[in-house]
Amino acid sequence: MMSVRNRFIFALVFSLPLLVNMVGMPFGFMLPGGAWSQFGLTSAIMAVAAWPFLQSAWASFRHHHANMDTLVAIGTVTAYLYSVYALLTKRAVFFESAAFVITFILLGQYLETRMKASASSAVEKLVDLQAKDAEVIRHGQSVRIPLAEVQVGDVIRVRPGQKIAVDGEIIEGSSTVDESMVTGESMPVLKKTGDKVIGATMNSQGSFLFKASKVGDDTLLAQIVEMVKKAQTSHAPIQKTVDKIADIFVPVVLIAAIATFAIWYVFLGASAVTALLFAVSVVIIACPCALGIATPTALMVGTGRSAKLGILIKNGEVLEAANTVKTIVFDKTGTITEGQPKVTDIVGDAQAVLQNAASLEAASEHPLAAAVLAKAKAAKIAIEPVRDFQAVAGQGVTGQVKGQAAFIGNAKLLTTPLAPKLAQAMADLQQAAKTVVIVGVAGQAIGLIAIQDAPKASSATAMAALKQQGLRTVMLTGDNQRVAQAVADQVGIDEVIADVLPGDKAAAVAKLQQTAPVAFVGDGINDAPALTTADVGIAMGSGTDIAIESGGIVLVKNDLMDVVTALTLAKKTFNRIRLNLFWAFIYNTLGIPVAAGVFAALGLVLSPELAGLGMALSSLSVVASSLLLNTTKLGQRQKGLPVTQKAIA
Amino acid sequence: MTQIMVLLGAVGLIGFIVWWFFGKHTTATTTAKVQNATQAAEVVVSGGYSPETVVLKQGVPAKLTFLRKDPSTCLDHVVFPDMGINDFLPQDQAHTIAIDTTKPGNYEFACGMNMFHGQLIIK
Repeated sequence: MMSVRNRFIFALVFSLPLLVNMVGMPFGFMLPGGAWSQFGLTSAIMAVAAWPFLQSAWASFRHHHANMDTLVAIGTVTAYLYSVYALLTKRAVFFESAAFVITFILLGQYLETRMKASASSAVEKLVDLQAKDAEVIRHGQSVRIPLAEVQVGDVIRVRPGQKIAVDGEIIEGSSTVDESMVTGESMPVLKKTGDKVIGATMNSQGSFLFKASKVGDDTLLAQIVEMVKKAQTSHAPIQKTVDKIADIFVPVVLIAAIATFAIWYVFLGASAVTALLFAVSVVIIACPCALGIATPTALMVGTGRSAKLGILIKNGEVLEAANTVKTIVFDKTGTITEGQPKVTDIVGDAQAVLQNAASLEAASEHPLAAAVLAKAKAAKIAIEPVRDFQAVAGQGVTGQVKGQAAFIGNAKLLTTPLAPKLAQAMADLQQAAKTVVIVGVAGQAIGLIAIQDAPKASSATAMAALKQQGLRTVMLTGDNQRVAQAVADQVGIDEVIADVLPGDKAAAVAKLQQTAPVAFVGDGINDAPALTTADVGIAMGSGTDIAIESGGIVLVKNDLMDVVTALTLAKKTFNRIRLNLFWAFIYNTLGIPVAAGVFAALGLVLSPELAGLGMALSSLSVVASSLLLNTTKLGQRQKGLPVTQKAIA
Repeated sequence: MTQIMVLLGAVGLIGFIVWWFFGKHTTATTTAKVQNATQAAEVVVSGGYSPETVVLKQGVPAKLTFLRKDPSTCLDHVVFPDMGINDFLPQDQAHTIAIDTTKPGNYEFACGMNMFHGQLIIK
């Protein structure tokens, strides 16, 4: 079987003499052999280039189906057979109509397959990112093995400039890693012992050993590929309406064509040739293939592009829903905030306060202890041994530091009341929603440490951008109203719903849904029900697998700005689908009456050749419009893009 | 006289199109054969899918073989939207797709342009 390209070339070569003949006719030029040569050339085109159309049309006819090939076949065969009849009875022939229509349609199909291939290349590009092999340490010796043989628990060496084979955790060495191809983050990330590395990302200067934690289909890249594949083959709900139309479209067009012929010939007294030309034009212009590709191509380009930015949109349904969202709800901890408490203020002699606090906390398991120890480590303060360590429930911890009785905790551990200056500082810090602990020696306070789960750097910018898009922002949290409100004020959130038990998050989202469609952004296991309940669930990628499973959109990076980008991109893609459908329909709805000769009185008619060209153009404009999604601007995110794009291309 | 004949012919042809494309016609259904704890079925792609409905048993690994005889580019891909499958079907060559039968339900499949449809029933 000849490829579409070869069929097009064949049709082009054989229709060129016909073109010369048509152009030359007014100047008295004729092909040698006249109408018989036209018959020969066109017969060759019908037998070779057009044959597959006829075959497919017949096969679907037997199944009680009709498709675009049905229209092409009926249109060209009608023109061809009539011309053969005209040739034998010495009337005017129009073989060139059939030949040109076939040529144009094949040109359209050829360009379309090429463009469709480039639209669907995102998945292949992602798969190509994978490393081909890995240097694994086995029995104390390093061996190079194919990627497929790497197992969980293998220790893998990564040299400068090498690709990281699979997901894992660094056990020795450090380096900076370019993760742009997977996360979309254009800045290289510093990785040291204990940090997680992602398969398919690129190591730069350093060299390190890491232990494989996920291989094969479990790696982040494999999961991204799977998700993008599913999204690209999914259908947006809008497509269902289109499908229904497409199903009845072709038979209706055939009926319209027959009616056109009958009306012109029987009622308007046109000649059989004129009536037939109108009918053939109707059949050709009406090809609904632009309609069929309007949604899938836009979806492919849109989801492919977002995947490059580290935003995974699961399917067309999510895309359409994202377009209607009016309210966006955020989980607080880990989504708006860093998720890890940090020491923000120290009141008193920082050195003494921190040394006492850190020494006592070194033995404690309190969640806030980690924040204090991290601060002490950063300030290079030595931790002293503690004797008589004691954790007092509901108060704090006590112990002997450097021979003195020290404590860290709340006011209940004090023997003398807090000095007015410290009490004022404590009230101020608490007002700013910080957790304040008192550090003291011998029953007397020597200072305060304020700890807070601070908002991420990008939170405030993201909220401002969302508000600019006309969205209402809501924060949902289990924390108390005061703490929640303080964070909300810092980042600029419209509404706070505090004191929500983890199990009630979904109910809170459902309540908000009563007024307008809601998107929910979260990362924890306890966010999963809310992610599912919301019209659009956006899971932060640093979150748990369950959250990722429940979200309709997954953000690989832990950056709230991606929420803005995701919504923008979803809107742009959906608008593109609508624009495509408009283009696909406009050709048919405007084209059919013109082709049927409704405006013939005004001198506006469409010959079958022009109809064929118009049909090819309609498919091409739809695919081209989808491909343009790759270059649309997405606001401020655009700056970081070139690096990422290069890494993918 | 010719005019009346043409008119009658046109009306008759329209009637035929309506009956042929919109009338109720039975579609073929096949149940996959289970053999050695796997099941397999073949679908011929020619102007549509025959059979149009394939029934699979839940929990038994399934292989669905597509044989495209149709030269049309319209049918050169088969898409299972719910399963993330979008495969190219080489003409006149059998192409086998492994189907995950863990979840029961009705799954649509369609050509690349979503104009021809088939159905997979897992129960």
